[in-house]
Amino acid sequence: MGILDSKIPSGPLADKWTKHKNDINLVNPANKRNIDIIVVGTGLAGGAAAATLAELGYNVKTFCYQDSPRRAHSIAAQGGINAAKNYQGDGDSNYRLFYDTIKGGDYRSREGNVYRLAEVSGNIIDQCVAQGVPFAREYGGMLDNRSFGGVLVSRTFYAKGQTGQQLLLGAYSAMNRQINRGKIQAYNRHEMMDLVLVDGKARGIIARDLVSGEIERHSAHAVVLATGGYGNVFFLSTNAMGSNVMAAWRAHRKGAFFANPCFTQIHPTCIPVSGDHQSKLTLMSESLRNDGRIWVPKKKEDAIAIREGKLKPTELAEEDRDYYLERRYPAFGNLVPRDVASRAAKERCDAGYGVNKTGEAVFLDFASAIKRYGKEKALTSGLKNPDEKTIIKLGEEVIEAKYGNLFQMYEKIVDQNPYKTPMMIYPAVHYTMGGLWVDYNLQTTIPGCYCAGEANFSDHGANRLGASALMQGLADGYFVLPYTIGDYLSDDIRTGAIPTDSKEFDEAEQQVRDRMAKLMGGSGIHSVDYYHKKLGKIMWNKCGMARNAKDLESAITEISELRKDFWENVKVTGSIDSKNQELEKAGRVADFLELGELFAKDALHRNESCGGHFREEYQTEEGEALRDDKNFKYVAAWEYTNEPKDAKLHKEDLVYENIELKTRSYK
Amino acid sequence: MKLYLKIWRQKDASTPGKIVDYTLEGVEGDMSFLEMLDILNEELVSKGEEPVEFDHDCREGICGTCSLQINGEPHGPDRLVTTCQLHMRKFNDGDTIVIEPFRATAFPVIKDLIVDRSAFERIQQAGGYISVNTSGNTIDANSIPINKYDADEAMDAATCIGCGACVAACKNASAMLFTSAKVSQFALLPQGRVEATERVQSMVRQMDLEGFGNCTNTGACEVECPKGISLTNIARMNREYLSATSKG
Repeated sequence: MGILDSKIPSGPLADKWTKHKNDINLVNPANKRNIDIIVVGTGLAGGAAAATLAELGYNVKTFCYQDSPRRAHSIAAQGGINAAKNYQGDGDSNYRLFYDTIKGGDYRSREGNVYRLAEVSGNIIDQCVAQGVPFAREYGGMLDNRSFGGVLVSRTFYAKGQTGQQLLLGAYSAMNRQINRGKIQAYNRHEMMDLVLVDGKARGIIARDLVSGEIERHSAHAVVLATGGYGNVFFLSTNAMGSNVMAAWRAHRKGAFFANPCFTQIHPTCIPVSGDHQSKLTLMSESLRNDGRIWVPKKKEDAIAIREGKLKPTELAEEDRDYYLERRYPAFGNLVPRDVASRAAKERCDAGYGVNKTGEAVFLDFASAIKRYGKEKALTSGLKNPDEKTIIKLGEEVIEAKYGNLFQMYEKIVDQNPYKTPMMIYPAVHYTMGGLWVDYNLQTTIPGCYCAGEANFSDHGANRLGASALMQGLADGYFVLPYTIGDYLSDDIRTGAIPTDSKEFDEAEQQVRDRMAKLMGGSGIHSVDYYHKKLGKIMWNKCGMARNAKDLESAITEISELRKDFWENVKVTGSIDSKNQELEKAGRVADFLELGELFAKDALHRNESCGGHFREEYQTEEGEALRDDKNFKYVAAWEYTNEPKDAKLHKEDLVYENIELKTRSYK
Repeated sequence: MKLYLKIWRQKDASTPGKIVDYTLEGVEGDMSFLEMLDILNEELVSKGEEPVEFDHDCREGICGTCSLQINGEPHGPDRLVTTCQLHMRKFNDGDTIVIEPFRATAFPVIKDLIVDRSAFERIQQAGGYISVNTSGNTIDANSIPINKYDADEAMDAATCIGCGACVAACKNASAMLFTSAKVSQFALLPQGRVEATERVQSMVRQMDLEGFGNCTNTGACEVECPKGISLTNIARMNREYLSATSKG
């Protein structure tokens, strides 16, 4: 298993990163001008990496399928970004952030990576403030914090409910500065169709101009994939419609191992599905669990009455409500981690207590927070003995200032006023912890092919804590990859520009053309969406919040059959050599149809429950996840063979030198 | 409900486009406007016709990809929402809906309802940033206290999603609201003041080069902006520009 060397530096945990930075090779500024780097994806990780690499002096080309880097789906992150600044004086530290992240990930992530993440987290905030990111502030002018799930400190920085947007615009502005200097060439409305390897090294990509349909060759000394997660394999998810696995999957087919594909995060607070026409799901930020209380009726007859519209939730007496998270997890209450909150919601709804017409929703209620804030506001405004109406009015104003845009979004979608009646929420696919396997340097198993942000598997184990995705994306992009990639590129200072007229580029381009022709040549029975929705149903029903061996086995067979049907019978309209959204979708769905199968295989092989991976066969008497450290304390990295179900397993043993493995408890 | 759709179809930038009529049944109030178009496209694909192409991505009102001029209004009749958040309950059975791309010289049509908004990119590239390196070796984030009022106002300006509705709403196709939102965000923060003079001049110069019209204060942009970006930003940009140019 030499190939799966994680390359974690030796030495004490807190010194590893500093030591590593001192040990690795550098490229001198004059030589950087002779080195080209391709960055695919321009979200937090890709945008930050592109800007920093260009700033260092490398020639950077960026690629994104959107019409602007600013539209990458990082923009949709709402709640915030974690950093161990300890501005609140509540005992936070790098170690605590490290510990919370390892525990939150259910002991399936690397100590070295996670500690580095915690270590650079503070720098991210400094950097973003310097870039003009308008984080929320207190009246004294200092930065404000809020709490997120799975932790006991307040370390989350935020910009209203649009933190991802503001951080991405910060990275985008850093990119723009470099585009203006001519150091970044931005290829927008371009999709990476394949990775090109020369002598076993990643040396370029084949891309398609999505406007003209033209196939292009681009070469570089290294390729960075920062292309996000694969949640859209479920069809319905909180991801953007275009989010896809194509770049990562193409690299996987060329030799990059894919790690822990079954580790997927189902986010507990999303707006429930309303009908078959639904194209995507909308998240309601986890920050709402700071103030919202989650409940269902205690009695089934009340739940039925609410479902049928005969009873209003506001009419139900306090003693008839089951605040099930507060009941089951008194220490963390409504702020348990996402996997725990999602499963608890599913458990109540499966038991018949769901509160919307489909029976798949629970309440998120702000009434008590509105009263609490209203009373406080009345006091600080000098109002003595305010009446109930005034308190509620003042409280609603406080809630509006904190979560106004989220409440507005909810009202627009559901057509109900969440200030007056509790929100209805249900879990939905949100984030994927799994991804391309990378070592400590963020290099995949293909030399010269790096992977950053959600697209890699590295830092969140089996469950990601809230407000940590933004942290990881920016840490990878700004502070990790620009250093580690230099170590690799120091060998390339004499290589010169990589030619694109080689046989390797010829072959890769031909494969891309053949694949597109095959997609266009289906018998034309069903649309691309038909297959995507079918795949999504299999994934949600058999690889979703609770999994079992029997369902997973049948999922593997069903997906394999569906894929065969797809290639024979898909209908793609239009032509290859022009703007064609159906062809774009078809290419992405084709890869989801392979990834889905590997996902199920990974879930089937992992005979334990941990984090977001819950196997019904492995649970405690109280229904909590039952981990098996003896047999599964490893990263499962899959090597592509031909059929996803035949993928070859490589294990990276997880070594814990600083943390004692415990049963994760939030009670 | 049953709807009569009049949709702009255009093969590519160089081919003239035209309005094509479609009738669509089975539309429900809970559907978003784009989900309604998804259904139309499924029908077209099943008949072997090319679907209507439109820009969209996050479908939760934040990425700024979706556009559409719906019955003459950018993002349609509802206020403070993008097209992806517009729901069909805002329409009635039997309605005729005219769907066109955003119209502006600086936003040429790429195909059907998709326009090229790269002019916005170039305005941002001209100066929509603070020239600080991303090394992380800056001062501690709390070492410059920022008045909450200014920070909040900077945030309000920064919520612009760059969709281009302001341009599409304006009879002059002016990009002043878009440009001024970025200028304002940085002008309100101490970090951004350092380069304020150059920034406003570079961004305005690029805005003019792209062929956007001037502002005549009709305020249509503010009304149609899905993020409620205020006209005050244009006033602030004018003030910044005036003081920058009078400094020479």
